[in-house]
Amino acid sequence: MTETVLEIDGVSKSFGDNKVNDAISMTLARGEIVALLGENGAGKTTLMSILFGHYTPDEGCIRVAGANLPAGRPRAAIHAGIGMVHQHFSLAPNLTVLENVMTGTEKLWSLRSETGRARTKLKALAERFGLAVDPDARLGDLSVGEQQRVEILKALYNDARILILDEPTAVLTNLEAETLFGTLKEMARQGLSLIFISHKLDEVMAAADRVVVLRGGKVVAERRAAETSKAELAELMVGHRVARPIRDAHERGEPVLEAAAVSVRIDGVDRLKEASFRLHAGEVLGIIGVSGNGQAALASLLSGTLARSSGDILLYGEAIGDLSVADTVASGIGRIPEDRTREGAIGEMAVWENAVLERIDEPRFSRRGLVDRSAAIAFAETIVRDFDVRGGGARTRTRLLSGGNMQKLILGRNLAERPRILIAAQPARGLDEGAVAAVHARILEARKAGTAVLLISEDLDEVIGLADRIQAIVGGRLSPPVSADEVDARALGLMMAGAWKKEAA
Amino acid sequence: MRFERREHRPLALIVLTPLLAVAAALALSGLLIAAAGAPVLEAYWRILVGAFGSRLSATETLTRATPLMLTGLAAAVAFRARVWNIGGEGQFYLGAIATAAVGSQLLSGAPGYLSIPLLLISGALAGMILLIVPLWLRLRFSVDEVVTSLLLNFVAVLVVSMLIDGPLKDPLAFGWPQSQSVADAAMLPKLVARSRLHWGFGIAVVLAFVVHFVQSRTVFGMKSRAAGLSPDGAVFAGVPLARTLLLVACLSGGLAGLAGAVEVLGVKGYVTTDLSPGFGYSGIVVAMLAGLHPLGVVLAALFTATMFVGADGMSRALKIPTYIADVTVALSLITMLVAVFFAQYRIRR
Repeated sequence: MTETVLEIDGVSKSFGDNKVNDAISMTLARGEIVALLGENGAGKTTLMSILFGHYTPDEGCIRVAGANLPAGRPRAAIHAGIGMVHQHFSLAPNLTVLENVMTGTEKLWSLRSETGRARTKLKALAERFGLAVDPDARLGDLSVGEQQRVEILKALYNDARILILDEPTAVLTNLEAETLFGTLKEMARQGLSLIFISHKLDEVMAAADRVVVLRGGKVVAERRAAETSKAELAELMVGHRVARPIRDAHERGEPVLEAAAVSVRIDGVDRLKEASFRLHAGEVLGIIGVSGNGQAALASLLSGTLARSSGDILLYGEAIGDLSVADTVASGIGRIPEDRTREGAIGEMAVWENAVLERIDEPRFSRRGLVDRSAAIAFAETIVRDFDVRGGGARTRTRLLSGGNMQKLILGRNLAERPRILIAAQPARGLDEGAVAAVHARILEARKAGTAVLLISEDLDEVIGLADRIQAIVGGRLSPPVSADEVDARALGLMMAGAWKKEAA
Repeated sequence: MRFERREHRPLALIVLTPLLAVAAALALSGLLIAAAGAPVLEAYWRILVGAFGSRLSATETLTRATPLMLTGLAAAVAFRARVWNIGGEGQFYLGAIATAAVGSQLLSGAPGYLSIPLLLISGALAGMILLIVPLWLRLRFSVDEVVTSLLLNFVAVLVVSMLIDGPLKDPLAFGWPQSQSVADAAMLPKLVARSRLHWGFGIAVVLAFVVHFVQSRTVFGMKSRAAGLSPDGAVFAGVPLARTLLLVACLSGGLAGLAGAVEVLGVKGYVTTDLSPGFGYSGIVVAMLAGLHPLGVVLAALFTATMFVGADGMSRALKIPTYIADVTVALSLITMLVAVFFAQYRIRR
């Protein structure tokens, strides 16, 4: 084996009574890609935060190239050549790519900025690792995948030799993820060492040389990727076998929600172009596409937070104007937003407040402007119980829930009301296997009960597993629907690339 | 070193940290007092005597606390919803001058039970209008209300200057720029006879409880908190953002305007340009001290007024420069803010 560049030795960390990391030890060799696999809450992100100096370990130490890394000092970690690519990017959307990359590298009081040199270095790095981006583009204008490239480039720009990626594919499409893995392998070939955090088995098998499995804050196994299987890893990760639920045959009902050539224009850009679909009761209609192709506009439009610029929307057979949020809630449309921490829930508010906020004006939760707390808390407690929300009760601050439990809360407040329509945007994004299975099972249950589900997703497996019919979204246009039984992953891939026949229906 | 938010705050901590802060402030100002050649321990005693030693000083402290409670509530209400109202001072003055104008011109003959409520309302309305402008600019053109509300303070004070040297000038004031007085019948009754303490104090305390109730129990309180914490989340949940923030602005501006009205009707009866020794700005400090909690505002305003009045008494009694009193006040506010911070966060290394 080649030289060891990084050693994590017996690291433990507790938050209150909760031991998040328990005597974790692992190593990383030069030119190696190690996957840190584990469910949400297994302690992966905490471990990496300790490594990067965001947290101080209670016990244990970290050695980079044999030298002890001082604990709790991000700057020391950067100096030692550790770069971190966060799950939620730490970039400024109003700066250009180049400015973002340079931020923090120059002395605050230096009079001039070495823009020219930085540009050359950035270009060289981009070329060397195949990470093409325009240095002068405003970051906010880039797609999520491109923003991630910038984040990686930023780490490389700081001369990182050890790169940590926290759930790098959580925000990417399959295609983007494959490109990313190509890049990672190229970086490893050129002598960089990488750790990537993941809970997705496919990508761990595809990209890693070695897999370290975390469960409940402990290292439970370590395998060479070539010598293990997805099944074994899944079992190690969750401790028991899980299977994602798959839809069964089921008669669909009447159309309940229709869009006829609906366009949405925001700031002069057409986000949705003459999109049409027809959603029936008791079916799941999957909208698949690479992120940034109009999904956000479609979801916001149907969630009542965005106005259309042309076209018609028919709800239960009647043409309606623009939906308001109040309309959607009142007419039985459940909504799961794409970004649960930004739109789906307000972290600083209690679980019960998030459970009832969108229905607070209904007489059962408020009378003459006064909140009926006991009714609201009772409602929230039902959701917590029925939807297995763990990590807190109705009075817990929502921020303290893990992503999966927050999603169960959001799903619960919608499904508890037996909606006739459910708009689900990326409902399982960023969740661990156990939570994904739970969310999928709930969606299928709703379908069986007659709910019409519009599933907007970038995950092929998810769409194939759940949807009865599938439409692709490309550049704001929707393809004609195809029956899920008649397509395979390859055909869907072609559709997501925009290859569909205009006349097909 | 980093700061972590405390998820659970032990009661002892909440009680102890402010006491420690006061001790630290006194210790620091003790250095200055010693340097000025005065006995330090006696100086401390004088602060207490100055603020509460007699009926006169105690009522004076409470009188001073009254406008601070109202401007403090104004800031707390706005900041909770992330409306950065820095314009309390201007709203205070506009509320005061509106009260003096309506009281001296329109309602000079009206009985108290009619004129007092109407005058309080006119003061509140004037304050509201002065905050609605910056908020509308923010909603319509994304203009930062920190800047606009702050700058409107100066506009408001100049408008007041103009009015009391022009149309509202009191001809009996020997040429001093001073507004005409409201009728005696419109003055707030005294809470304690032969003192300056008036019913405005009661109004302020009651309003603190009202605001607390509104924030914690009403739909509006919940929506305005959501709007402040996460505009995107609030919009997704169907909270009408613009309308909610406008209501918050009305409440906040109204409270600051009411502070001006109460000060006119309770203490002076007329307006001069030194009616407020910075009540609007101190209200921001009071709100921060209180952690934006309406009931905390009552305590924070009392504390601030105690330091103002007590330190003043100290410097007079011991013949030490008055600036030491100012420094003591400033130090106690700073240490209190630090203490409030550490009650909410812990240090991690």
